[in-house]
Amino acid sequence: MADDMLKSGNLPEHPERATLEGSNKFMGFWFFLGGETVLFASLFGTFLALRNSNAEGPAREDVFGLGLVFIMTIILLTSSLTSVYAMYHMRNHSFKKMQLWLGVTVALGLAFLGFEIYEFVHYVHDYEFGFRTSAFGSAFYTLVGFHGAHVAFGLLWFITLMIRNNKRGLNLYNAPKFYIASLYWHFIDVVWVFIFTVVYLMGMV
Amino acid sequence: MANHSNINDEKREFYKSRNKQEMKMQVYTFVMMIAFTLVAFGLVLAEVDAMFTIPIILVLAGVQVLFQLYYFMHMNTAGHEWPAAMIYSGIFAAALTVLALATIVWW
Repeated sequence: MADDMLKSGNLPEHPERATLEGSNKFMGFWFFLGGETVLFASLFGTFLALRNSNAEGPAREDVFGLGLVFIMTIILLTSSLTSVYAMYHMRNHSFKKMQLWLGVTVALGLAFLGFEIYEFVHYVHDYEFGFRTSAFGSAFYTLVGFHGAHVAFGLLWFITLMIRNNKRGLNLYNAPKFYIASLYWHFIDVVWVFIFTVVYLMGMV
Repeated sequence: MANHSNINDEKREFYKSRNKQEMKMQVYTFVMMIAFTLVAFGLVLAEVDAMFTIPIILVLAGVQVLFQLYYFMHMNTAGHEWPAAMIYSGIFAAALTVLALATIVWW
């Protein structure tokens, strides 16, 4: 007689935390994010220490372009908002709308990644500023590259979830998965806020 | 039987409207974040003195991060005590790391 909780029609209010598995994943993931914070802090610290160690290569002011970084920031911020829209629809149990907004998030994320790849290629080709050019170069590419790798991983995560669960609809099994992926996406936006402030803005001030 | 589904409908209506409220707050937060970003970029493009801009953009970044955490990542809703503890411990360790690296390395 009990309504089948696994079927979409009878989902509880916070489907992502309604099961024990869901709430364990939720706690575990926030723990993981605490650790990732320290990871990025060590990369930031290294960058701050080495930001002026230019060897014979270019310095920050020579290379950075604020226009591109501004566009990338707006794109990533907007993608964070669209992932919140997706979670909003998930909370309201509309699977198709959630998929739609996740799709928009992925599209924006791909645009961001495209711009970042263009930026790196541009630096290497036009300024001869590479990973091995100087300590600043190594620190820069490690920090921003790690962030870009996180973006790429987040995109793969979303895409895999969307394809895998497309025929299943929303249920208590995949709701936590979508929620965790979206937390990851917000976290990389958090890291980007610090990257554009510390690396680019402080470099051009 | 009818009462049971009436109660469910009411609950659904309540949760829907509460989610809508939350969503509105999140859109406001987004607009604030864009505004902060614009201010930060504006300060640097206007070539305001470094001694002034650097602390301000760092504070703006910090506030933006708090917005993300509390509104986008739902840290302002119930049941987030442990996540908050974990993230703040992470931030504490992170601050120590950045301070240590930034002061120890000088070449």
